[in-house]
Amino acid sequence: MAVSAIFGAKVNRREDPRLISGTGTYASDVALANMAYAAFLRSPHAHAKIKRIDAEKAKKLPGVVTVLTGKDIGSKLNPVPCAWPVTGADVKIPKYYPIAVDRVRYVGDPVAVVVATSPYEAADALDAIVVEYDPLPAVILQEEAMKKGAPLLYEEVPNNIALHWKIGGGNVSDAFSNAEVTIKERFVNQRLQPTAIETRGATAQYDPSTGMLTMWVTTQNPHVHRLLLTLMTGIPEQKLRIISKDVGGGFGSKIPCYGPEAVVALLAKETGVPIKWVEDRHENYVATIHGRDHVQYVELAGKKDGTITGLRVKVYSNLGAWLSTAAPGVPTILFGLILPGAYKIPNVECEVYGMVTNTTGIDAYRGAGRPEATYIIERLVDIFAHKIGMDPAEVRLKNFIPKDKFPYNTATGLAYDSGNYEGALFKALGMVSYDNLRRELQMLRSEGKLVGVGISSYVEVCGLGPSSVVRSTGFALGLWESAIVRVHPSGKVSVFTGGHPHGQGEETTFAQITASELGVLIDDVEVIHGDTDRIPFGMGTYGSRTTPVAGGSIVIACRRIKDKGKKIAAHLLEAREEDVQFDSGKFFVTGVPGVSKTLAEVAWASYGAGSNEIPSGMEPGLESTAFYDPPSFVFPFGTHVCQVEIDKESGQVKIKRYVAVDDCGKQVNPMIVEGQVHGGIAQGIAQALWEEAVYDEHGNLLTGTLSEYAVPTAVELPKYETTSTETPSPHHPLGLKGVGETGTIASTPAVVNAVCDALSPYGVENIDMPLRSDKIWRILKEKGISK
Amino acid sequence: MSKKPMSVRKTSRRSKKIWVPEVFSQKTIRVIVNGKEYVRDVKPRLLLVDFLRDSLGLTGTHVGCDTSNCGACTVILNGRSVKSCSMFAIQADGKEILTIEGLAKGNQFHPLQQAFWDNHGLQCGFCTPGMIMQAYWFLKENPHPSEEQIRWGIAGNLCRCTGYSNIVKAIQVASEKIGVEQMQVEPRKQRMVRRS
Repeated sequence: MAVSAIFGAKVNRREDPRLISGTGTYASDVALANMAYAAFLRSPHAHAKIKRIDAEKAKKLPGVVTVLTGKDIGSKLNPVPCAWPVTGADVKIPKYYPIAVDRVRYVGDPVAVVVATSPYEAADALDAIVVEYDPLPAVILQEEAMKKGAPLLYEEVPNNIALHWKIGGGNVSDAFSNAEVTIKERFVNQRLQPTAIETRGATAQYDPSTGMLTMWVTTQNPHVHRLLLTLMTGIPEQKLRIISKDVGGGFGSKIPCYGPEAVVALLAKETGVPIKWVEDRHENYVATIHGRDHVQYVELAGKKDGTITGLRVKVYSNLGAWLSTAAPGVPTILFGLILPGAYKIPNVECEVYGMVTNTTGIDAYRGAGRPEATYIIERLVDIFAHKIGMDPAEVRLKNFIPKDKFPYNTATGLAYDSGNYEGALFKALGMVSYDNLRRELQMLRSEGKLVGVGISSYVEVCGLGPSSVVRSTGFALGLWESAIVRVHPSGKVSVFTGGHPHGQGEETTFAQITASELGVLIDDVEVIHGDTDRIPFGMGTYGSRTTPVAGGSIVIACRRIKDKGKKIAAHLLEAREEDVQFDSGKFFVTGVPGVSKTLAEVAWASYGAGSNEIPSGMEPGLESTAFYDPPSFVFPFGTHVCQVEIDKESGQVKIKRYVAVDDCGKQVNPMIVEGQVHGGIAQGIAQALWEEAVYDEHGNLLTGTLSEYAVPTAVELPKYETTSTETPSPHHPLGLKGVGETGTIASTPAVVNAVCDALSPYGVENIDMPLRSDKIWRILKEKGISK
Repeated sequence: MSKKPMSVRKTSRRSKKIWVPEVFSQKTIRVIVNGKEYVRDVKPRLLLVDFLRDSLGLTGTHVGCDTSNCGACTVILNGRSVKSCSMFAIQADGKEILTIEGLAKGNQFHPLQQAFWDNHGLQCGFCTPGMIMQAYWFLKENPHPSEEQIRWGIAGNLCRCTGYSNIVKAIQVASEKIGVEQMQVEPRKQRMVRRS
């Protein structure tokens, strides 16, 4: 393929050959000599005092190296840190230790760790540990948790309220008192289990001769992980190396650093043998973060002509038993700011309470706050449209921010970079022949069929983010990204990125960006990530940020290399620097394309550094380190349309058609963009129709294995019809926006809107997710729709 | 092949008071994995997947759950797909196993591997080996499947990244390619498959 055509091409992924041949290296694939295995004993109680732990019998079992309790660890490990004490919010971060000391606060809270010579022996030893608990009353639901007299999790968190935050713009009370139409709803955005197919795990090896601790971890952000581990273990950053090669899915659940990773590090140091720990699925479900879990009280003010004038939102967010790494930021900054969505709503008010409860911690799950916000506005638009007798597509069109009004400042303080919302909507409606479809559905309804269509037009804020803004929200670090682009003497290129793709394919897209910028063959570019001793300090992969932000840093580094290359080429060609141009891997004198030097020739000269090779005073070498701090967020958008039919006998929802139009600006690799959209849609549909983490009143997770938690298979999910529009980000060097989360954000309300549309002739206004057949069947019975 | 009886292992004479339960005893098994013979002493409770991963170092077969729902551990045992997390290694004694590492012929990817690559049938790649092995068995059973049949054929394998669409497409493409190859290489056998 011509080098010039590599940007924007459907290039097959270069990470695939190792992954399809079984030669990838996931954290659990690491095997070291004399390795021992750690396993955690976890609490069966949601809330209890630990009266006594007797590990003597366990310690004597064959193969057992050691057993440690929270008391044994004592002050050797610090509490699990929370990195986002949101500015302007009342945040109370309780002390949550890697292993419980005297009290457990959720089913799955670690109470002891075993090290044995095999995972089987470690499991035996767990069974042999005797723990006496003094059970305490537990609280599971966030609205219960904040009531007077509710069981208290932490003395330092009165009323269990760990978070209180408000945001607003305009005059909401006026908007509501002047409204012609108001809508009031209570939505439940249910708790989800992220379910990366690879569970979490870590292997640690301590080298006493250097004092270096190396850890192979499954993480989305190796440097952030290292920093958090340093805070927990006290091992200085320069003595800690995090390696994360292949990661089997993250979806947010591998952003946080958890207690067990710190325990594994400590064990490797204390025992002197490499320690490996891999979660089983049940452990993953009780101890790795969950997502969402909002109870939302929402109000919309509008006019009869379809204009939306105000939005008021009050959210009770469940945070679980501890404040995970980014937990306070998810239901606040990542949620509240994007509430107006694609619409020019002048008056918006949002108040959030976050409660600690005796459940697994909640943190970022794909979309993180933005699906919860988009669900509110997209459901409300449909309910509003129904109430005033307008088509939901028309209401959307009426309230969209027009394409000539960008950059657009929202009432919540965001500055949207670019958009053409009606363009995406029209394209999606065109794909389903919307008017015909409406007529067709009408006919089917008259035949007694339960059919509906749902639209969801979303805007996502991503490309997190400009450090000055992110820092002002209280996040512990800036969210720039780093890259080193190194042109070797032979002209081949290594790119070291601070991003950490784990399925998103940036080993390929970054090679495409580099090949296109430097005019080299894609096969001559190697992309390196996931090793803190090789890459520059980086922020990692989440929040649809890697292609725009890490990609931005690579572009800048490449451009600096070209700038230096021009100086060297001018020197070699005995031309003035301003007369030298670069194109397709060659530096040439303007107007004389025959007089040129290739990038390889310039690279060779840069390393030779003789007086005839580089100008005097110039530093040798041809490499550049760049830190790209985006000037603003990026705002991808789009419209999804879902058509459903409900089976009258079973209540089962069948997706007949799913159409997605997404706009993430310029696309580096459309094949990968489409793949990201597919996967996002699948997870969003799964939330709408099937998935839900369920606790009983005692705090037992009833969906604690894959037999109960309803991850969809290929049979349940539909075919997706995807396409895109292209509205580049004006402030990104390549016009890129992110796309990793858009599908998850858009699809959930599209599906629920379709189901509610199908049932709207029977007076059904809202049904809370998941819309499983049993729930729908009961409604059909209740409404007399089915016998 | 010498088969030790599955009984309580005799420990040293000095410790004859200690009863060693069967789970700690060893058994010698012989398996052929990806065409290579292995003879290993294993404990009866060792899962086949752990045997493949830890004893043989074939870490391409993955573990994603503990309830045999996810299918990341799928391998071919005597021609049938099995979830290797739900079998003991000793149950594979005397049997032939094909794992993802044995699918390619030298540098030549199997048509399924190639189709997964060409059609973006994977993202994080963790479910992929199991998914490909299941598809391998499925296509042997159903050489010319419809899309619907493919979806049911991989219903025991979970993917969290792709939404399955490109996986289904990849298997469809591979089935066509395998069909053409078989017609060229083994025309008679192909006819038999069609009749069956």
